Amino acid sequence: MNASVEMGIVRLAKMTMRDEFARTQVNQEVLDSAESQPSGSRQIKAEVEGLNFFYGKLQALKNINMVFGANQVTAIIGPSGCGKSTLLRCFNRIHDLYPETRYEGKIILQPSGINLIGPETDPLEMRMRMSMVFQKPNAFPKSVFENVAFGLRLRGINGQELKDHVEQSLRSAALWDEVKDRLRASAYTLSGGQQQRLCIARALATEPEMLLFDEPTSALDPIATSKIENLIFDLKRDVTVVIVTHNMQQAARVSDFTAFMYLGELIEVAPTKEMFENPAIKLTEEYITGHFG
Amino acid sequence: MSDFKRIIAKRKRQDFVFNVVGIVCTLVGILTLGALLADLLMDGLTRLNWTFLTSFPSRFAERAGILSSWVGTLLIMVVTAFAAVPLGVAAGIYLEEYARKNWLTNIIEINIANLAGVPSIIYGLMALGLLVYQFRLGQSVLTGGLTLAFLILPIVIVATREALRTIPQGIREAAYALGSTKWQVVRHHLLPYSLGGTMTGIIIALSRAIGETAPLITIGALTFIAFLPPPPFESQPPFVSFDWLWSPFSVLPIQMFNWVSRPDQDFVVNAAGAGLVLIVVTLALNAVAILIRYRVRKRIKW
Repeated sequence: MNASVEMGIVRLAKMTMRDEFARTQVNQEVLDSAESQPSGSRQIKAEVEGLNFFYGKLQALKNINMVFGANQVTAIIGPSGCGKSTLLRCFNRIHDLYPETRYEGKIILQPSGINLIGPETDPLEMRMRMSMVFQKPNAFPKSVFENVAFGLRLRGINGQELKDHVEQSLRSAALWDEVKDRLRASAYTLSGGQQQRLCIARALATEPEMLLFDEPTSALDPIATSKIENLIFDLKRDVTVVIVTHNMQQAARVSDFTAFMYLGELIEVAPTKEMFENPAIKLTEEYITGHFG
Repeated sequence: MSDFKRIIAKRKRQDFVFNVVGIVCTLVGILTLGALLADLLMDGLTRLNWTFLTSFPSRFAERAGILSSWVGTLLIMVVTAFAAVPLGVAAGIYLEEYARKNWLTNIIEINIANLAGVPSIIYGLMALGLLVYQFRLGQSVLTGGLTLAFLILPIVIVATREALRTIPQGIREAAYALGSTKWQVVRHHLLPYSLGGTMTGIIIALSRAIGETAPLITIGALTFIAFLPPPPFESQPPFVSFDWLWSPFSVLPIQMFNWVSRPDQDFVVNAAGAGLVLIVVTLALNAVAILIRYRVRKRIKW
């Protein structure tokens, strides 16, 4: 287990329980604590305001309010079915592929100020601006090169520029050295971990504003997992990262901020260190210490 | 303990009895088919030679051949494939990927499955009324090809949808997440990835169409035809001609039907020869389907 998490648990045992009122102050707290970060002032990439989401009559997200800092890694944790993937999938409007899904509220993207779930916003445009890495490696049954090139071709990039972009993306995904001699081979000849890094390269190639990871390592072994975690840590220099994970140690290792969700509600969001060492809310504490979930 | 042994012995006897019954039932099927094939081979092989393939039908059994009927079968299949494949694949893609899932698409879905089970002669009657009398396409290759195209359309639609369904949803989401439109997802991903399944379905459908007799007799295919349709290629510009579409035709199964119904035993041997050709073509089509399926499965494993 990660050392900081262990420490957190020890401290939790000594901690007195806090009041529920802290929950209403989540946003303020996040902003305050952001200011105390060593990195200095925190730029905002996205603001979620009063977000509700419905699958038909079922309400999967209930009044979510939080901010995502630019060039930071925000982890979303919580038990299965808590709505963490649902929240993530709002960002690239992938819900719009399915019938009877409905958004309420706002997700304001900065600096453009566009409401990404507004009815006036084209889901296609949002998918051009966001990238997602999925739970199961879902490389296309095409060559390694074509997997990365596909998103670029959609954006009209061709020829030498395309080749350069593909190489650069594969390098950023720490995969170039392993595949540079077999760019024409089928992506399915790669191992599971390599396929997932290929999916990350594919996601990076289009230079997204935000990189959305939906439990990216849950199908991988520990070695492949640690490679991807290191990668996520490096990526935040260039892009804002959101990662949904059911692995709390992973959240502790890779993220700057952590949000805890339960039954469709955002319970607490705080700097990761604070969240794991000193959670403001009892429910968070119980989840982190493994009392449920 | 002895009680157990008695019960076990009794149940093992039941097992043995069904084993024997099963073998007999299986053999009835296999032996019948084997006998039919052997009979066809013995009769047909004696008659199968180059002249048989390149001669027109004749009043004299030994001079009669299947030239006009195999050319007819070939041309009909070309028309059928060109009509049924684009229509069926497009309809399958629409129903699977574009159409909203509601009561109307449910009804359409059920009815397509039903259409696949409609007796082929009903299609013949429909084609006679619609294509021959209403659209005045005549008793031509075009009419015949379109009739069989209607017949196999539901099979092609169902095969296309089945092939699309085997593609994991994660692949679709990955393509959409990169910013693809629906058409780009279909064009660059779903169509190529489902090609194996779709092609297999199309070929199976064509091998069903190739043996159809009833609907073609219904629309008025000829049983005796001693000339070929005009050739599709010409020596002068524009080099291609579609006059053959309007030509009357016969096909292999109809030629066989005609010969079998004659009293002269020599013509029955001719029918066996034609049947042999038909079976070889059908088996070849199925072999191609199996080959495609095998190769695609090797390339794409979900």
